[in-house]
Amino acid sequence: MSDFTLTVNGAKLHVSAPADETLLSVLRNRLSLTGTKYGCGEGECGACTVLLDGHAVKSCQTLVADAASAKITTIEGLEQNGQLTPVQQAFLDAGAFQCAYCTSGMVMRATALLHATPNPTEAQIVSGMNGNICRCGTYPRIVDAVQRASRSMPAHSAAKGAAR
Amino acid sequence: MNTLLDETLEIAPPDSANAPRCFALDRRAFLQLFGGGLLVCLTGDHAWAQEAGRGGFARQPVPNDISAWLHIAADNRVTVFTGKVEVGQNIRTSLAQLVAEELSVPFDAITMVMGDTDLVPYDAGTFGSQSTPQMGPRLRNMAAAARQALLELAAKQWNCDAASLVIANGKVTAPNANQSLTYGQLTRDEKLVAAVSSAAPALNPATAWKIAGTPVPKANGREFVTGKHQYPSDITLPGMLFGKVLRPTGFNATLDSVDTSAAEKMPGVKLVRDGDFIGLAAPDAYTAEQAIAAIKARWTVPAQPSNTGIFEYLKNTPESAGRGGGRPQSAAQSAAAQTAPAATGSAATTLAQSYTVQYIAHAPLEPRAAVAQWDSTGKLTVWTGTQRPFGVKDELVSAFHLDPSKVRVLQPDMGSGYGGKHTGETAVEAARLAKAAGAPVKLVWTREEEFTWAYFRPAGLMELKASVHPDGTLAAWEHHNYNSGNAGLDTPYNVANPVQQYHASRSPLRQASYRALAHTANNFARESFMDELAHAIAMDPLAFRQKNLADPRLLAVLNAAADKFGWAAAKSTPTRGFGIACGTEKGGHVATCAEVAIDPAAKKIRIVRVVQAWESGAVVNPDGLRNQNMGAIVQGIGGALFEAITFADGRILNPHFADYRLPRFADAPHVEIILLDRKDLPSSGAGEIGIVGIAPAVGNAIFAATGARLRNMPMTPSGPVPGLAPAPLTS
Repeated sequence: MSDFTLTVNGAKLHVSAPADETLLSVLRNRLSLTGTKYGCGEGECGACTVLLDGHAVKSCQTLVADAASAKITTIEGLEQNGQLTPVQQAFLDAGAFQCAYCTSGMVMRATALLHATPNPTEAQIVSGMNGNICRCGTYPRIVDAVQRASRSMPAHSAAKGAAR
Repeated sequence: MNTLLDETLEIAPPDSANAPRCFALDRRAFLQLFGGGLLVCLTGDHAWAQEAGRGGFARQPVPNDISAWLHIAADNRVTVFTGKVEVGQNIRTSLAQLVAEELSVPFDAITMVMGDTDLVPYDAGTFGSQSTPQMGPRLRNMAAAARQALLELAAKQWNCDAASLVIANGKVTAPNANQSLTYGQLTRDEKLVAAVSSAAPALNPATAWKIAGTPVPKANGREFVTGKHQYPSDITLPGMLFGKVLRPTGFNATLDSVDTSAAEKMPGVKLVRDGDFIGLAAPDAYTAEQAIAAIKARWTVPAQPSNTGIFEYLKNTPESAGRGGGRPQSAAQSAAAQTAPAATGSAATTLAQSYTVQYIAHAPLEPRAAVAQWDSTGKLTVWTGTQRPFGVKDELVSAFHLDPSKVRVLQPDMGSGYGGKHTGETAVEAARLAKAAGAPVKLVWTREEEFTWAYFRPAGLMELKASVHPDGTLAAWEHHNYNSGNAGLDTPYNVANPVQQYHASRSPLRQASYRALAHTANNFARESFMDELAHAIAMDPLAFRQKNLADPRLLAVLNAAADKFGWAAAKSTPTRGFGIACGTEKGGHVATCAEVAIDPAAKKIRIVRVVQAWESGAVVNPDGLRNQNMGAIVQGIGGALFEAITFADGRILNPHFADYRLPRFADAPHVEIILLDRKDLPSSGAGEIGIVGIAPAVGNAIFAATGARLRNMPMTPSGPVPGLAPAPLTS
């Protein structure tokens, strides 16, 4: 076991964990941040997507030791003072979910995508999001949500959201 | 392997006469829990309800035969209790809309308590597209009775005629409008119980709906985009341990030897051994994973069938009588000619073809999960993802020899099921570990466990034979289904004396329900075959269907989809194909048009556009209905084009998303959904039948473009499926 101080959603959190435990496992099982989901543990579904320094990563493929020096943003860290981010709001407005188990990962992936590409084409959204699975099949609505978020974002607000 | 019976899990009516009507809370406990107010219970017992008086409410004994509760509290909150569960199909929202509509309260005033076996009346489960047509009217009846009871309360208070009062938006207003009372004010300090029968006061017709029939967004949607909603796998209890179960290396394995010493030496690990069941609980998930991996076990796995030759196996290995989930064949049926009557007239064209579907996985993104807790009185509480909370409760009662009052199952809105979460394996395992460990235990199956130890959508072989007259009239029809089931077996087309038989087989894999059951397989075969017949007589596939259909509802969706799609102008070329298909069951009517793009050089196809028309009576929530149709199409693309479980000798060979391809963003076509809102017809369920059109529509489009008739699902797998000739195209 090693002691880590993780920066999660702006807070310093102390946790003891083996250095080779995944960030997903630490978030969910040691820090009770269960908004980040387990879908496959193999990096194939994207349900566990979080941001490290604003970049989307699959937390099931990231060791806690490798995340210790980064600013970690999870789905719980997007809403600020009761205000949803444009991406979260767009998912609500587009009804871009059914069971919504994939939604955390989709929202995090879309946040990073819009940070890097504020005005993506449909093809860019499809290729950027293609690592995330929605088994309920709401992909067309998720594409719609990302387009809505892109339109509703003031310039560079995605960057601010992603860097939190 | 056990075969889970379609009959048991899917076709049994949700409240059959001998279903146990168990609920833990009586009226007294209920009112203690919720304080005063008006408690309405819905009873299916007609005689009792009549005897209890048509006036509705009084201090009456509560009958045992309850199918739903409704409570109006002093703060105007309305709480509805039902055994149906939310798995993404949006039933939490649409049932609340129906209650809000009949009770004349805002949608936001309603809280739905679902799938908690201590709080809700018995319900057989959430499946078979039954929630909307069965629970919907029940809740509406109950809400309408509550509304009447409130009017009578107000009339008594104001000493006037109830008919002179106005009730709207959670308030009752006096005749001269000089005073009004909220429902909470009316029921404050009272402890009123009304029992109503399912024969209720008049309901609001759909033509007058203001809340029902509108696109109300998903209830608590904000909880999902913020990560706050707790799915079953998110439940966390103080002092909770993390469980793991040792899995055999194959199905039907026997344990030869096991060495658990290394695992037992790990800090905090508690090992549980009970025959071949070996599991453990550990203080953290990491240690649990390390410990289970450290167990050295040797298993013997017997030789078992594989994909290769599976359809011959299924055809030649009938399930023993009385099992297998099919409708029983009568002696007359068995003895009757196994072939359809020969077509009359020498000019008739006769075709015979076989179609197959492979075993596929539900692959819900949230795998099976359970958190189990035993309290000091010996009561067991389990949070788990299941479509059948009371079924899981029964499994726990049986597994641990408990009194039913000592088991509570809670079903938080879960990461879906698609027919794949009817069983309680994980709940039983977690409870077993928690009992042995003396602490709450969470058990979340890995993706590989979910792929391997859950159950599958059955593989199936469909053999069809038909004759058609030169004018396009069907002359004879024969359809045999081996193993996959009888759902959707009966043709919707007009033909005299069709022979349609389901032959139950002894499946080598554990199999059970999947969204729409065997309708997907049977409709793929039937609608592909209809296309073949149309081409054989050089008739337009749409015109051929129209000629043989009498069902006006099915015709209506067929015409609506074809019009919107532009069928008349859609001429296929070698690089672009257009196909059509339709189907109906459980009150749902669907027609699907698909456009595929073919890259002849790369031998690849892509579905570029789908138009689907849907009709299931009065629309309760058009947004939810569109979402269900779109999701069904996208999910259906997986089974149509590339999903297949590969297996051999009791092992699943592709139990990972890297090896089992699911539909992704890049596979999703542009989808247009047309809803036909029949406000004059009762609302039917919509979670299933929207999936049955896509596979044949795509197959027919591929044929129209390439001349290749793909009769095996998946039609265009990414890699070889053992036992099948390579497909001419991939996707």
